[in-house]
Amino acid sequence: MLRKSQKLTSVIEWGTLLLSTLLVCFFLVVVIWEIVSKGASQLSWEFVTQVPTDGMTKGGILTPIIGTVLLTLITALFSIPFGVACAIYLQEYAEDNWLTRTIRASIRNLSGVPSIIYGLFGLALFVQALQFGTSLIAAGLTLGLLSLPYIITTTEEALMRIPNSTREAALAVGATKFETIKDVIIPSAMSGILTGVVLTLSRAAGETAPILFTGAAFYINGTSGFVNQEFMALPYHLYMLSTQHQSIDEVRPIAYGTALVLIVVVFLLNLTAFYIRYKYRKNEN
Amino acid sequence: MKYKARLSLDIFFKYVFKATGLLVLALLGGILAMLIYNSFSFFMDVKPLDFITGIEWNPTAKIPKYGMVPLILSTTIVTFGAMIIAIPLGIGTAAFISEYASPRLKNILKPTIEMLAAIPSVVIGFLGIVVVSPGIANLADLSNGLNALNGAILLAVMALPTIITVAEDAIHAVPKTYKEASYGVGATKWQTLRKVVIPAAAPGIIAAVMLGVGRAIGETMTVLMATGNASILPTGMFDSVKTMTATIAIEMGEVPYQTTHYFALYAIATVLFIMTLAANMLGEYFINRFRKYHAA
Repeated sequence: MLRKSQKLTSVIEWGTLLLSTLLVCFFLVVVIWEIVSKGASQLSWEFVTQVPTDGMTKGGILTPIIGTVLLTLITALFSIPFGVACAIYLQEYAEDNWLTRTIRASIRNLSGVPSIIYGLFGLALFVQALQFGTSLIAAGLTLGLLSLPYIITTTEEALMRIPNSTREAALAVGATKFETIKDVIIPSAMSGILTGVVLTLSRAAGETAPILFTGAAFYINGTSGFVNQEFMALPYHLYMLSTQHQSIDEVRPIAYGTALVLIVVVFLLNLTAFYIRYKYRKNEN
Repeated sequence: MKYKARLSLDIFFKYVFKATGLLVLALLGGILAMLIYNSFSFFMDVKPLDFITGIEWNPTAKIPKYGMVPLILSTTIVTFGAMIIAIPLGIGTAAFISEYASPRLKNILKPTIEMLAAIPSVVIGFLGIVVVSPGIANLADLSNGLNALNGAILLAVMALPTIITVAEDAIHAVPKTYKEASYGVGATKWQTLRKVVIPAAAPGIIAAVMLGVGRAIGETMTVLMATGNASILPTGMFDSVKTMTATIAIEMGEVPYQTTHYFALYAIATVLFIMTLAANMLGEYFINRFRKYHAA
């Protein structure tokens, strides 16, 4: 009798935890289901290859797609070299002193700074102080700064996994420290670095708050893609279509289509990262 | 290459790498300098005490009011609501993944949670408008569901991946011997989880919650899209609220450069920065405490 009731309670206990897990998964299912079921009908070759027309109530989303691609490219060009170099400094050169500890503490703090504050910083530094104006380059650099702490952290983790014997072997045959890093350490850590970079860029591509005042535009005629001009971006386009447009109900289908394209882009980048990580782990074993 | 050239290249790059390390310091320094400079400019016009204790935010009125209380209260209500939803769900899920799930199930659940974390905030905000808002309006019989509850639900979804990941690490890190000792004296799995594993993992779980709070306070797009943004003193979960982040996002686009109102938004950002920093530092403190405790 006691056994039976004990078994029942343990099932209930297990069920409670299972239920909370299922609820969390359910959130993901709701998001994906809602957007795929209502956005899929919108998706067509024309939708991704045509510019918005008729006050954005018709046409496609080519302009925001181009904007997001160029924006992410600028973010990558800025944050990858600086982030990787900083990680190399911390992992390969820095001694354990107050300067290094301060840098590490700064990186941890920076990764917790809200994205809207990066937006304000980009506005103050790039748009106003450096006089770039609201532009693709100002927004790209702002997202680059936002991405920096993540790239540094993930690259450092990748470098940390390289065994010291690898470094010593290269140094022992006469390579300088820089040559060791360039020809031995970076190539061995490449997949780990790439995983971090791709994940960081997928996050940057979906960010909206930092580009609100640094260059994202409501509407741009044609496809333009000059670095010194304003641009349209997928996340901002979705925000604008769902809250700011004058006929919100009319453009709702386009908003669903935009949301679908955005999550497809982000998930594809994530899958790429999972794939690199999976292949890397396999090779390692 | 000549030996000398190789050597000078080596030295050159040593400084290049070091310079990028200093760039990070400059970035944090720059953000701090920006916040402090603009906040000071604001406090030239408005008394800090009026800013912190004022109960009306209306910078565009004839006599502008720069009271932060409604904004702080809004952020607090939404974050608090989000945590009420996310903490039990997050800890439950973390416990399930760590203690009950088979390795194969773990391999499905972990990427699922990473996927949830990868969804851009603007998409979550959009869901708030098209799914959560009509849902709340129907259930509570309101004209629309753009209110604090909506924001809280969405922020819970956004904070969950952080809470689950950190809490799962903490629960997983509890030494096996603790559990074995508990089973040894006849405790069931559940009793062990509640009375031994969770208390032992407590600092790590608190850290998870603090990091989730930090994430929720700083989140902009979801609350901007889903909470209605009425600048009033909120009294409950069904009130429309305007959080600190949403206020900056809405008003920065409209204010003229270097006016009191412009500086006021930086002053809000400073308060926001301090709040998220405090949450994150508390989180880090508990993580370190947890590590030290179990390393010993």
